Amino acid sequence: MSDVWTTIIALTLATAAIRAVGPVLVGARELSEPVVRTIGLLAPALLAALIAVGTFTEANGDLVLDARAAGLAAAAGVLAWRHKAMLTAALAAALVAALVRAIA
Amino acid sequence: MRDGIKAGLPIAAASFVLAVSFGVLAQPVMGSVAPIVMSAAVFAGSAQFAALAVLSAGGGAGAAIVAGILLNARYIPMGVALAPSLRGGPVRRAAVGQTMIDASWAMSIREGGLFDPDYMIGATFPNYFTWVGGTAVGVFAGDAIGDPEALGLDALFPAFFLALLVTELGRSRRAVVAAGLGAVIALGLAPVTAPGVPVIAACFAALIALWPAAAPRDPGVREEPA
Repeated sequence: MSDVWTTIIALTLATAAIRAVGPVLVGARELSEPVVRTIGLLAPALLAALIAVGTFTEANGDLVLDARAAGLAAAAGVLAWRHKAMLTAALAAALVAALVRAIA
Repeated sequence: MRDGIKAGLPIAAASFVLAVSFGVLAQPVMGSVAPIVMSAAVFAGSAQFAALAVLSAGGGAGAAIVAGILLNARYIPMGVALAPSLRGGPVRRAAVGQTMIDASWAMSIREGGLFDPDYMIGATFPNYFTWVGGTAVGVFAGDAIGDPEALGLDALFPAFFLALLVTELGRSRRAVVAAGLGAVIALGLAPVTAPGVPVIAACFAALIALWPAAAPRDPGVREEPA
């Protein structure tokens, strides 16, 4: 079988297993107070990491400051003005990143 | 679930755009059918891009699979967090787990460490169709579409994640610390580890919830001189 199809089949099975493992193994048990608090902080830690990696790194992991950072700053500006303006923030980010690339 | 679908629509629009760029990049490497099958069966953007990058660079299936798994490994702690909010037997719970994507998972967070699973399923629902459909558009219309980066489209998802983060930061001061620490861990590790590892390691920033163990809920209290 080709590398492409081997990759697709293996990643299909692995991804399904990874998405199932928490819900199935942890079950519906009551969680202790410290665990609940840790879960509550997982989202901000994870989102901040996704933003940081998606904005400030190259595909090979090297740190970089480019048009995406300007886009993120534009999104931050929109969100500071209107907390719920998710779509406006995203469009502003794309627009500013495109403008910076066009100029640079 | 209807509220979730509505909330998922802007994310689905961004997913469409991202999927088009996946289709454009994947077609020369994987052919026309495989990228669409991959989007329908794997349904995980970052893992698909990572596996594609390895295959494009001439790496083998083994390296591509490892890269994809590393980028998806964050779904393990995310699934553990989701688990107490789910009802039913193992099959049903596993099925709901399949609907986890970053944005809808974060949107479905409620108070007290709980999630609204119906809302998450709803928010993911439109994403599935735009992800698979967008991949097909990218595969077959790649020549007609310009460079996705020139349009600034790679800045879309960080902006969405930032909007979701703003909501999280409003919950507590410790959330701000966890976010800062998560970003520092991720950027510190990015140049020296395989892709995917920085984001998984950043999850450990959530453990600051346990420090100091006996402190009251307000993190500011302990910092006052006694």
